[in-house]
Amino acid sequence: MKAKTVIVPKALAGLAVMSLAGTWAQADTLNIVSWGGAYTASQQQAYHQPWMEMSGDEIVNIDRSSNALAGLRAQTQAGNVTWDLVDILPSDAMVACDEGLVEPIDHDALLAAAPDGTLPSEDFIEGSLSECFVPQIVYSNVIGFNTEAFPADNQPFLMEDVFNLEDYPGMRALQRRPINNLEWALVADGVAVEDVYDVLETEEGVARAFAKLDTIKDHVIWWEEGAQVPQLLADQEVVFASAYNGRLFDAAVSEGQPFEIIWDKQVFELDGWVVPAGKLDKVEDYLAFATDTQRLADQAKYISYGPARESSAAMVSTHAETGIDMKPHMPTYGPNFATAIQKDDEFWSNYGDELNQRFNAWLAR
Amino acid sequence: MTENSMSKAGQGLTTANGVPLKVSLMRTNRRNQIRAFLLVAPLLVFLVVAFIMPILDMLQRSVDNPEVGTQLSRTVAALEDWDGESIPDEPVFDALTQDLLAGAEARNLGQVASRLNYESSGMRSLIMKTSRRAGRIESGPYKAAILDIDEDWGELETWRLIERESDPYTLSYYLAALDMKYDSNGEIVSQPEYLKIYQQLFVRTFWMSIAITGLCLLLGYPIAFLLANTPLRYSNLLMILVLLPFWTSLLVRTTTWIAILQQQGVLNDIFVGLGIIADDSRLSMIYNKTGTLVAMTHILLPFMILPLYSVMKTIPPYYMRAARSLGAQPFLAFRRVYFPLTIPGIGAGSILVFILAIGYYITPALVGGQDGIFITNFIAFHMQTSLNWGLAAAIASILLFVVIAFYLVYNRLIGVDNVKLG
Amino acid sequence: MAVPSYATGPERVWYYVFRFICALIFLFLVGPLLIIIPLSFNAEPYFTFTDAMLSLKPEGFSLRWYVDFFTSSAWLGSIRNSILIAIASTILATILGTLAAMGLSSRFMPFRNTIMALMISPLVVPLIISGAAMFFFFSRVGLSQTYLGVILAHTALGIPFVVITVTATMSSFDHSLTRAAASLGANPVTTFFKVILPLVTPGVVSGALFAFITSFDEVVVVLFVSGPEQRTIPIQMWSGIREEISPTILAVATMMVVLSILLLTTLELLRRRAERMRGLSPG
Repeated sequence: MKAKTVIVPKALAGLAVMSLAGTWAQADTLNIVSWGGAYTASQQQAYHQPWMEMSGDEIVNIDRSSNALAGLRAQTQAGNVTWDLVDILPSDAMVACDEGLVEPIDHDALLAAAPDGTLPSEDFIEGSLSECFVPQIVYSNVIGFNTEAFPADNQPFLMEDVFNLEDYPGMRALQRRPINNLEWALVADGVAVEDVYDVLETEEGVARAFAKLDTIKDHVIWWEEGAQVPQLLADQEVVFASAYNGRLFDAAVSEGQPFEIIWDKQVFELDGWVVPAGKLDKVEDYLAFATDTQRLADQAKYISYGPARESSAAMVSTHAETGIDMKPHMPTYGPNFATAIQKDDEFWSNYGDELNQRFNAWLAR
Repeated sequence: MTENSMSKAGQGLTTANGVPLKVSLMRTNRRNQIRAFLLVAPLLVFLVVAFIMPILDMLQRSVDNPEVGTQLSRTVAALEDWDGESIPDEPVFDALTQDLLAGAEARNLGQVASRLNYESSGMRSLIMKTSRRAGRIESGPYKAAILDIDEDWGELETWRLIERESDPYTLSYYLAALDMKYDSNGEIVSQPEYLKIYQQLFVRTFWMSIAITGLCLLLGYPIAFLLANTPLRYSNLLMILVLLPFWTSLLVRTTTWIAILQQQGVLNDIFVGLGIIADDSRLSMIYNKTGTLVAMTHILLPFMILPLYSVMKTIPPYYMRAARSLGAQPFLAFRRVYFPLTIPGIGAGSILVFILAIGYYITPALVGGQDGIFITNFIAFHMQTSLNWGLAAAIASILLFVVIAFYLVYNRLIGVDNVKLG
Repeated sequence: MAVPSYATGPERVWYYVFRFICALIFLFLVGPLLIIIPLSFNAEPYFTFTDAMLSLKPEGFSLRWYVDFFTSSAWLGSIRNSILIAIASTILATILGTLAAMGLSSRFMPFRNTIMALMISPLVVPLIISGAAMFFFFSRVGLSQTYLGVILAHTALGIPFVVITVTATMSSFDHSLTRAAASLGANPVTTFFKVILPLVTPGVVSGALFAFITSFDEVVVVLFVSGPEQRTIPIQMWSGIREEISPTILAVATMMVVLSILLLTTLELLRRRAERMRGLSPG
């Protein structure tokens, strides 16, 4: 039964692609901007490689997503847009969309329907589609810890534990930015998950979050590049560290590090594609292929991020290298998801500049 | 008087073909001047295009403020006779609706939304939300309809902000770069304490640069003295020890300091190995002020040694001997005779090191951690992360003015012609 | 600086104390550069001397980080980029700078000081300011994220070095030599190639070397102006250091130190040659 559902859409997609390929005059080179590292590798395996084989296109990976918005602005201003498809966070996608740097997308007309015919607008996770944005995955910001840092009968499992220096002494590594940290401080201080952003909109709420962060400030190392986090945890330079769940999974599974994830109060967020203005014709076929049900399900074999389509989530299977079941490692897995906070992009687009400045001023004090 | 008689004499003389000598000389002069200038011209043109124009562009960006005036042009025009004391009337809301609809069509409202959000958090979604819903307004009166979408349009502050930022040029970025802002009445006020950061960073950058200059002088003076007072065949060898770090990549030198100073690094290992400190209390010597001071002193030290050396080299050794033979104690002879002669070198080296230090970015960014970063880090932050390019340009311009001021002093005291390399 | 014969006891002590202090400062200057060389041969992925290294066992050492470097397409690509950009900008800077220096050393040059100050300015303006400014301007004219943009930027940064070194050579240049050449019947072009050029060559070459190393070592401006295709060695190192320092960085650093030693030697030889040609005593 399961095998059938897997094979059918693949064949369909293959057919569609081949018929399209027949009509093309020549193969293209697609410049695709992404995050690099393990994430680009998962995209390469799950969709770049199959697409290149089927269409004859060449895909060039550009590791520039961390500066994607600046790049889009600069290229557009110069009137010389060389990027064809950009992997970007939804908050940046929104800004790019508002500035007219990227194409609006008609999701139902452009993207592939689910194998059972469900339209994309129904199939993608609720609230994940926006005007110019096609989501690929759900990832989450979590706190990881080294199990060897605490006795077996006293392992942390709540966000409160991260702020509890008495029972869980040691350094913490947190990302040097207000996003996530302010949310976590508030929930650790007793604010309900659904009230977090309402509280943060008030001056007292922000003060309360910083006051909570003050309690651990002297025990925090602030990281800027995610790659250093596993090393910090492995050397036990820190006992807790905030990280993307995929990175911690990688270190735990591929390198056998004794890391565990505190899923409590994970802040989840999407990641996906935008098409730079004027590039829609060039990439629409690739985009439909790369975001179909099978491709997104395939990606979860290589990295522990949840597919953004519900039809793909049902097909998530095992890790390509180690064969372990990937489901319990997905941010969207039931027990992991119970207390999750959805990052509010609208809130951060309004208050991001001010809170960044306040955060930096707080750090400097 | 002398000049006068000279020129009179000149008038009397002529060249072989009868042209007065003075005219002929002036012609030659003129030709030589043009020739010299033509040699310089290509570089001048190049520098203007590749360097001066970018700098001017940056200066212009630090005050450039086109967003509100162009993207909300109808609203701005309608606000012209507004008294600023009450919520504007229907014509203004009518104009606003048209601006928002046109902006939604052209998909360029994001810029004005970001611009206004810098001044007041929340403006971004006010603009974007209203523009998305404005399409559903069938007909006027628009005032009620817009106020219905968001009551913030009924705030006086919103309108005062739009009116204030409608000028094509603004000082807002400079105010922000100095921890100040306009309040809702358009008065310049200081930012609240919890948002202040830049003043403190400018001051820190300044003092740390002074400290680095001082350290370089302290370490550079003895070395320059040794080099200047050692026979050539030895001093040439020693000079190589100074020039080697000077010629080595800045990133390499920063890397080596990370390798040496970090907690699992060479120096901590040595201390632990010698039993000076315990293994669990390794010193943090990097990712803080110490890291920046040590690494930058190392990197800038040659820039202190070289000017000092070139001055000391010109001091005849018999000065000191004369002072000694006249009965001065060694220290006194040094202080009263030698040291004053080296002051030009101290001045040149110090200003050079200071100018280089306050503009440094790479080393503080890599080894400065929290309290060892410089103001330059915020230029990079606003260029690459927050994308507030106007603010980046304003901070950079302020820094540029400071550097130019010191450069002029340097030029006045030492003269750029006398810059020596290696 | 030997101990003078008339030195008193305390002075002798001071003499040795002073020597000792200087030795420590030299250690501070050069020690860090030397310490990374053995570390780059570490067999373990650590930044510190392992026991096996300290006891000089061969298994403590390996070339794995060099192998890592020479098999990484990212590093090799960055070498190619760095060399290409450095050579192109050096040629441009040397030609423009040498011509200008010849003009500037003429005593007929109008506004000499102003122009000189302008030409030195890329050296004085902090790199992050130049980088930001060039990013703004180059974006407007379509030069950002192109090789040409990076080359032009590096040319501007290299020019002050060429101008300074060549003007210095020209100022010690004996102008009676050109007059002598002219009086012996040489035309200006012949004079330039036969008389002027051989004498200023050492200055031009050392200026070019400075320009080359400036470009080769430059990271801040490239960080802003370049795109992913123009990834240079410093950019590669920068992201490596920020993310995670693997000993591969130390291997690169070691090779760069060797490169600096070679350049330094070249310069020293040039300097001696120049002094010989001017008839000064060899230093």
